[in-house]
Amino acid sequence: MSVSVGTVALAGLLGTPAFGALLLAAIPRYRVAAAINVTLCAITLASAGLLYSHRPVPSLYLLVDDVNTVFLIVGALVGFTTSVFSAGYIAHEVQSRKLRSRDLRFYHALYQFLMFAMNLALVSNNIGLMWVGVELATLTTVVMVGIYRTNAALEAAWKYFILGSVGIGLALFGTILVYLAGQEHLGEGMPAMAWDQLAAHSAGFDPALLNLSFVFLLLGYGTKVGLAPVHAWLPDAHAEGPTPISAVLSGLLLNVALFALLRFRLIMAGNSAVLSPGPMMVTMGALSLVFAGFMLYRRRDIKRMFAYSSIEHMGIITLAFGLGGPLANFAGLLHMVMHSLTKSAIFFGVGYISQLEGTQRIADIRGLTRSQPLLGWLLVVGVIAIAGLPPFGIFTSEFLLVTSTFARSPWLAILLVVGLMIAFSALALRLHGLAFGKTDKHHRLPAWRLIPMALHLGLVATAGVYLPGAVVAWFRHVANQLG
Amino acid sequence: MTSLDSDIAHLLAGSLVLVSFVLLYQDRMFALLNFFAVHACVLALSVGWQAYLQRAPHLFITALIALLFKGVIIPVALHRIVVRLGIHRTIESVVSIGPTMLFGMALVALSVVVMLPVTQSAGAFVREDLAFALSVVLLGFLMMVTRRNAVSQVIGFMSLENGLVLAATGARGMPLVVEISVGFSVLIAFLVVGIFLFRIRERFDTVELQALDMSRGESA
Repeated sequence: MSVSVGTVALAGLLGTPAFGALLLAAIPRYRVAAAINVTLCAITLASAGLLYSHRPVPSLYLLVDDVNTVFLIVGALVGFTTSVFSAGYIAHEVQSRKLRSRDLRFYHALYQFLMFAMNLALVSNNIGLMWVGVELATLTTVVMVGIYRTNAALEAAWKYFILGSVGIGLALFGTILVYLAGQEHLGEGMPAMAWDQLAAHSAGFDPALLNLSFVFLLLGYGTKVGLAPVHAWLPDAHAEGPTPISAVLSGLLLNVALFALLRFRLIMAGNSAVLSPGPMMVTMGALSLVFAGFMLYRRRDIKRMFAYSSIEHMGIITLAFGLGGPLANFAGLLHMVMHSLTKSAIFFGVGYISQLEGTQRIADIRGLTRSQPLLGWLLVVGVIAIAGLPPFGIFTSEFLLVTSTFARSPWLAILLVVGLMIAFSALALRLHGLAFGKTDKHHRLPAWRLIPMALHLGLVATAGVYLPGAVVAWFRHVANQLG
Repeated sequence: MTSLDSDIAHLLAGSLVLVSFVLLYQDRMFALLNFFAVHACVLALSVGWQAYLQRAPHLFITALIALLFKGVIIPVALHRIVVRLGIHRTIESVVSIGPTMLFGMALVALSVVVMLPVTQSAGAFVREDLAFALSVVLLGFLMMVTRRNAVSQVIGFMSLENGLVLAATGARGMPLVVEISVGFSVLIAFLVVGIFLFRIRERFDTVELQALDMSRGESA
């Protein structure tokens, strides 16, 4: 019985957004389309939830296991809340004539297509199909980033495309090399591209070929994760695109690319003769953390600032998974979930702020806690959470990571702490100007529009104080599987 | 596989690297487009030869796509766009031709040094094919980096993608090759349409820091 439920859930997970993309392309009225968008995302979320308890039988193409369920559920949740936020956001964009309703038809169809592509990348068992999913998701966001068609938006989209295609090329070359390594043992054709087969038989693969392939994959998918030094597209894409897309980019797409890297890491882990991929990931992660920390100081655009903060946090997560071991993996996984929830909540807030204030320049935004108390205070809470202060979930995961790093390589832990402090003080500095100070503006924003933001921050706060035993057991199980 | 078979395969893959070099030093837009068409035709021949050697008829589809789409349709479309946008005179490159060529040679040497030792067990033929393919990919990157004009960046991307198709067909029996080449074609079509619709001539074309900061929204 559970088999059939799992298959239905999987079909719902992939079919709902695919069908939704076609449906929404045909609906001209944006209010109706936004409502349908929310409904479809709710169905996708329900399907993802069902997959937690009901797993379909794995095939050569699709696979649902413990690891990707975490990514699927977090992804579907953020996708759903973002669609709710998006409904309010785009109504304002239409009123202020920044977007026409024809653009929105396109926008909603692409939103569902993006969900489809990300889910495809997550559930695929085939490394070629996974590549296709990640690339489709990237290209969809390229188009969405350019949707305002201003010079800056087109420039951001073009830069994203150029760097994204570098990633596309490198990742595909790495994928071909993994296939070649597998082909000697698994024979020609599909089995040599099936991830579970590759991971199970990697002990006999040619280590030199695997090493080389991982370098290509790390650079290729690392571009999508936004790791320094191949991060340059990320701030532009976040700043110039519509804010719901910034939220989805930071909350979901970066995670999907990281997930692809983790899959290949597991293939590497099965072979004892290869170079350990850990140190490479740790180096790139630490570099991103410190680099982004310093870059946070000079930001004058509010969305760009939080984009750099995403680079910082993806650096921390990559570092954690690079260290490996049950505790660091647990910290990395928890941090990833917490970052997705917090960062998308911050972008929800920033989206409303830039609409109400009519600017994204930090210097022009002051006294948010007075002009719009609820939104202002929620932003304060969000920034405190993302900066890694207690009692929020990000503090828990950073604390776990720092302690486990201290036990294993103290020097790295010092670097980690220094990086965290740099980023923290940069954010604290900016927050003061944004949230406090005198202002004579007063904004009105219906409270219901802040529900997604409040929900995310509520979850993060709850996780910081009390993490339910079931969740701990689940994450611990996944962390062990990640090696 | 006889030695003549693999000699022909090497000849074709090697020619692709050679045409990549020719693309690197073109300084006129129309010549660049013409040589890209040659690049695509050489790729089509190479993939067609692989299809024959591997007895893999589906690879003929990939060869046909390379020939018709990248060898004919895209160059003709780009030709028209270049005329419409009035950018046919010369191509601004960031680095001059001499250093670019030297750097290109270094990249080819790098890919040979990197690929040959690690693919020893993969059989003589796949080894050289992959080394050639990686060279084409890296030369494509080099072209994207050294050109500022949007059309020549797209040509760089397409030559890079030709290298990937060569690598994928060289790996015997790799699934999804045809699907991937179709996907790439759709993507390229989107790009070309995008360039035309949004009149993207040059991007990142200023070296003045103030102006650069302005476009990044970072000006004081």
